[in-house]
Formats: sequence, C-alpha cells, structure tokens
Amino acid sequence: MTSPPAATTTAAIELRGVRHRFGDVAALADVTFTIGRHERLGIVGPSGCGKSTLLSAIAGLIEPTGGTVSIEEAVTARDRLRRCALMPQRDLLLPWRTAIDNAAIALENRGLKRSQARELTRPLFERFGLAEFEERTPAELSGGMRQRVAFLRTLMAEKDVLLLDEPFAALDSITRSGMQEWLLSALEQEPRTALLVTHDVDEALLLTHRVIVMSARPGRIVTTLETDLPRDRPRREIVTSPEFASLKESALEALEL
Amino acid sequence: MSERVDLAPTTAAPPAGRGRRLLDRYGPPALVVVFTIAVWELIIRVFDVPTYIWSPPSLIAQTMKEDFTDLLSHSAVTLKETIVGFAFAVILGLAFGLLLHFSTWAKRALYPLLIASQSIPTVVLAPVFVLVLGFGIWPKVAVVALFCFFPIVVSTIDGLMGVDREYVRMMLTLDATRIGIFRRVEFPAALPQIFTGTRVAATYAAIGAVFGEWAGSEAGLGWQMLQAKGRLDTALVFADIVFITVMALGLFAIVSLVERLTIPWARKGGVT
Repeated sequence: MTSPPAATTTAAIELRGVRHRFGDVAALADVTFTIGRHERLGIVGPSGCGKSTLLSAIAGLIEPTGGTVSIEEAVTARDRLRRCALMPQRDLLLPWRTAIDNAAIALENRGLKRSQARELTRPLFERFGLAEFEERTPAELSGGMRQRVAFLRTLMAEKDVLLLDEPFAALDSITRSGMQEWLLSALEQEPRTALLVTHDVDEALLLTHRVIVMSARPGRIVTTLETDLPRDRPRREIVTSPEFASLKESALEALEL
Repeated sequence: MSERVDLAPTTAAPPAGRGRRLLDRYGPPALVVVFTIAVWELIIRVFDVPTYIWSPPSLIAQTMKEDFTDLLSHSAVTLKETIVGFAFAVILGLAFGLLLHFSTWAKRALYPLLIASQSIPTVVLAPVFVLVLGFGIWPKVAVVALFCFFPIVVSTIDGLMGVDREYVRMMLTLDATRIGIFRRVEFPAALPQIFTGTRVAATYAAIGAVFGEWAGSEAGLGWQMLQAKGRLDTALVFADIVFITVMALGLFAIVSLVERLTIPWARKGGVT
C-alpha cells in the first residue's frame, strides 16, 4: 500500500489575518491558516469569495492590504514569488511552442538552453505517459492533455509549493474525473505542498488532506474539514464511500447549499 | 454522376482539389477585374474617347509591351527606393515600438506626439526632404520610411500592450525575468499584429516612393509618369500605374509569405 506522504507539522505556508480590498470592495477578511510541508489544502467557496485574490496574495503577485503571508520563511512578495509555482485555470500554453517546450519554459527562464531544458523535461513526459505528445502543438491537444502539460510545466518549475487555481474548471465532467485521478497520482509521485482552489466540493475532498470552506465576499473561513480518506483506491470507490458522503454533506452545509 | 449520399459521418470537408480551392478563392475577384477591363475598353470604343484623355486597356497593354525595357529600368529605381525605405521603416518602427514598450516614461512622453504627428500630411514633407537631402535616393527613402513607419510602430505598441496579463503572471511564477517574458511571451504574441501593420505599410511603400519622385527626381516610375503626362502620353501614365500597383502587391505578398513562414501557429489562435 502506498501511503500518502505524511503531512508534517512544520508550516510551509502561513497566513495571519490576511485582508485585501479592491478600492471600496473588501475581497478578503481576516484569513488565517497554515499548510504543512507536502500537505495538500483545498479551498472551496462560492464565486467571488476571493479565492483567486488569495492565491495571488500567497504567490506574491499582489501584496495583501493587511496581514502577513509567509512561504518557507519568505515574507516579501518578491521572495514568495520565487518559492511557488501557479497553475492557472486556463492552461495558458503558448501556441508557438510544442508541448515539451511549453513544459520546459521555467528551465529556459532560469537560463538553460532550449535543448538542455527539453532533455530535463523529457523524463517527466515519459513518466506521466505523455511521451508521444511531446512534439504536438497545443492546438493539436485535447483540453485534458493541455492541462496535463500545464501541470508538468508547473512541476518543472521545481518549486516546493504549487498553487492550483481551479485547474480543471474548464473541462467537461468526464474529462475532469480522469484528470482528478491523474493529478492525485501525480502528486503522490511528486509530493509538493499544494493549495488547490476550486468550487467543486468533490474535487477538493478527493485531492487534498484538508479543505477550507470560505464564505461569499468578503471571503472568510467558515469551516475546516479534515479529509483523511484512503487514497489507494479508485476514484469511483472513494467518492461513493460513506465517509466521503458525510464530508461532502458537511462541506455543502457550510456553503449553505 | 450518380453518387448516392453517404450516410457515414464525414469529419473532413469533401476532398476538393487544390485547383478547385484556388478557383474558389481567386475566381470571383479575377472575374470582376476582367469584367471591368472589358467595360472600360468598350466604353472608350463606343464613345470614341480620345486616347490622350483616357486610354483603353488595349493601348496600355501595347505601351507596356513597347516601352517594357524603359518601364523596367525606371521600376528598378523606384523599387530600390521602396525597399530601402521600407526596411528603414521596419527597423525604426520596431525599435521605437520596443522603446515605448519598455520605458513607461518614453511612452507617456512620445505616444501622444506620435499619434498627433499623423495629422501632418507626409506628402507635403517630400519637397522639404528634397531640399535637405538632395535629388538622390535619400529624400525618396525618407518619404517611404515616414509613410510606413506609423502603421508598424502602432501595431508593435498595440500588439505588445494587448498581450493577456495572465500569461505574464504565469511567467512571473515560473522565474521569468523581464527580458524572458518579452522574448518568450510578449514578442511572439505581438507578432501577428506587428505583421498586420507591416502588411499595411507594404502597400503604402511604393506610393511613398512615387510621391518622393514627384517632389524632385531624375528617374523612377514617378518621374516617368510626370514626363508622360507632359507629353499627353496617357497610356504610359497608366502603364506606370500598373507597374506601381504590381510593385505594391509584390511587396505585400512577400510580407504575407514571411508572416506565414514565421508564425504558422497564428492561424490556429493567438494569445492576445
């Protein structure tokens, strides 16, 4: 049995009283939580609960109006940016690059030659069963394939912290189920500290160790659910188990659905 | 043919031949051109219009044949002015566009002036260029470059500005430097629009050279036109117009070809 990587108690990400305003609009109100090293945390909430703002603040793309964010002791936006990789909702693959060159872009950004970057990326394509798609352009890939390449691109950034912003929201539900299973196994193989923002309760419960439910604007934490589900089973069995059902009920209740 | 309708789903379009597709694309405009020429010829013959007022296509064709070497040598002069001026416009337009993209200060200071400068009719500057630069190739090059500069610089700036910020954010979390973002995202993403501006410029270029020649020259299609006009050789004037048009179309075709070779992905959806 492959046990999920133990989520240790040392915090990789720590938020203290994070608030953010856009002009007169309060987007986030007093958000506090920690994520342990190699722990996967899910955040679910209705549209406009400030999930994306929260990710931007953690990633260091914006500095929140109030409160502190630290990633592995880094507190300035600039230093945080260096420590995490963001996987956006849209795959944002560059149409003029092949799949492998898209995935390798972080290495090129760090100054490697394209040929070197490709060589270092190739094993990952093989490991994740994408070898035959290396030379395809994004236009030649399906939505699910594109998201896989986008995820490999995030992995190739070699950051210990992954921020996943509704990575499968644009996919149809069948493709999404397959992708969730794929991502789960990928993260078991390549353990990272991961923050998954989604408005799909099932997805959050399935993929993460702990789920935070947020309220509508201004976003604040309503409840936190520990999701100690056995993950060595097929997705189908997990999502139909009684434990899953009761967790889902708690989550939906917190969302007032 | 008595083909039965195939009920199996066909995903691809029916296999039309290459010739068929070319005909679909170029057939209708070609037909319009042929029709226009025919009507033109007919009107002049029916109403017996003097050929020095308005020449029939048949006479223009004949003139083009008789004066072919002459037309060709003047074309060479104009072509050189056009190409050199266009090359200057591309280089300066790109350089200026990049400067404005990278320097907020330069953009704030220069962009409004750039737009305002367009209200200066470039044509009236041609005589000034002649005064300053003499009667050689350079005043013509200057007019061509000035004509072509604006569409290139504006499309460069707009193309770079129009890049989806999400890509930039993504690159920032993937350790990209400012230059890295420019090289790997912004510039390729802006290329389709830059090419659009460059294609527009390509159609202006030959006309710019002719204006330059009108302001003062000793050779070139523009010069030949003025000479022909003085002799009431209207057919030669039209022949010059045909040559100028072909030149403009040729430059346009070359830019389009370079575009297709450089950014084959652009037809499948870009990034702006």
